[in-house]
Amino acid sequence: MDTVNTLIVGFISIVLINNLVFTKFLGICPYLGVSGRIDMAFGMGMAVTFVVTLSGTLTWLIDNLILMPLNLEVTRYVCFILVIAGAVQLVEMYVRKFFPSLYESFGIFLPLITTNCAILGLCLFINLWGIDSLLEAVVLSFGAGIGFTMAICIMAGIRENLNLADVPECLKGAPITLITAGLLALAFMGFAGMIR
Amino acid sequence: MTNNSKAEAGIYKETLIRGLWRENPVFRLLLGMCPTLAVTIAVKPALTMGLSVVFVLVCSNIVVSLIRNLLKPHLRILMFTVTIATFVTIADLFLKAFVPEMSARLGPYVPLIIVNCIIICRAETCASKNSLGISIIDALGMGAGFTVTLCVLASIREILSTGAIFEIPILNLQSQGGWFVPWAAMSMPVGAFITLGLMLGLVNAVTKKQAKG
Repeated sequence: MDTVNTLIVGFISIVLINNLVFTKFLGICPYLGVSGRIDMAFGMGMAVTFVVTLSGTLTWLIDNLILMPLNLEVTRYVCFILVIAGAVQLVEMYVRKFFPSLYESFGIFLPLITTNCAILGLCLFINLWGIDSLLEAVVLSFGAGIGFTMAICIMAGIRENLNLADVPECLKGAPITLITAGLLALAFMGFAGMIR
Repeated sequence: MTNNSKAEAGIYKETLIRGLWRENPVFRLLLGMCPTLAVTIAVKPALTMGLSVVFVLVCSNIVVSLIRNLLKPHLRILMFTVTIATFVTIADLFLKAFVPEMSARLGPYVPLIIVNCIIICRAETCASKNSLGISIIDALGMGAGFTVTLCVLASIREILSTGAIFEIPILNLQSQGGWFVPWAAMSMPVGAFITLGLMLGLVNAVTKKQAKG
């Protein structure tokens, strides 16, 4: 029962309270780049969720089963980035084969998931928070992906409406998106008191 | 010969200045946003971050430029990332050993330099196509542009959130009998997003004015 409790609390906290985009500033590049249309934003979110779950789990396993027993922590970053690059390659091949139209619309952003800070960031945070059970690592990685999807979809919804708004000329594009993100971050701070 | 070296010096100067304004990585190319937002709470961490990025950028540009003729197209991104990860590990261990306080404060954002788009972008667009000299100069220019931008952003946020710059008090705080009430929001994520958004807007406005006049 205790484990289930920890898992649920961990999941909620990474989706809402420690949301990677709004509190840790991770994954801002695709967040600004792909959040123009809601269907693309959702596709991107799903791709990131898949990669982050896969690589969060794999890096936890590698870290705890190979690097730590052998005292090879120095090579941690290199190993992490290789795992992530491999996972992204896998997703890219899969999407190209089965969803060619989605693949076309992603363009450069799909390979760029490799350099999405949200993924490496999460792997590092799992390590930093000293998560010691595999199940918790899996749940946290999945939650991080869901949190990212939620953030990018909310943003895409707002930006679709922003197109109709009268934004000052010099604030069009990235600046207004950042300011909107700031207001969203403010709203998300309201969740901070929910747990602990 | 003199003409040639003069032209070369011109290219170097041009490359160096490009990174500072015309192709400023943060304002113009919108690269490296995560550290820009995350470490700019105060000037000190921002400066540390900027210098670490300069170090990694220069080293990886040197290596990539040296091996540029051996790179296979489909493996090059992987090679870039592994090179960068190696230098980031060096920078991270260095910070941990000599400025442990700062290293703890920056936390995972130092290893996150690996996925800082600026470095991959420079490796891809500059170092893998140009000679060693140009690559180094380009890295210095881009790194300087990044560091300066971080410091400007951090100064604005630090002075508004604590009334100090570089931890030296400048404004009289109300709690000490002065007039300035610190803006708590500036030290939170909100402050980061909105300050950067407004600065981008300002840069856009200045550019438009320059183009007109």
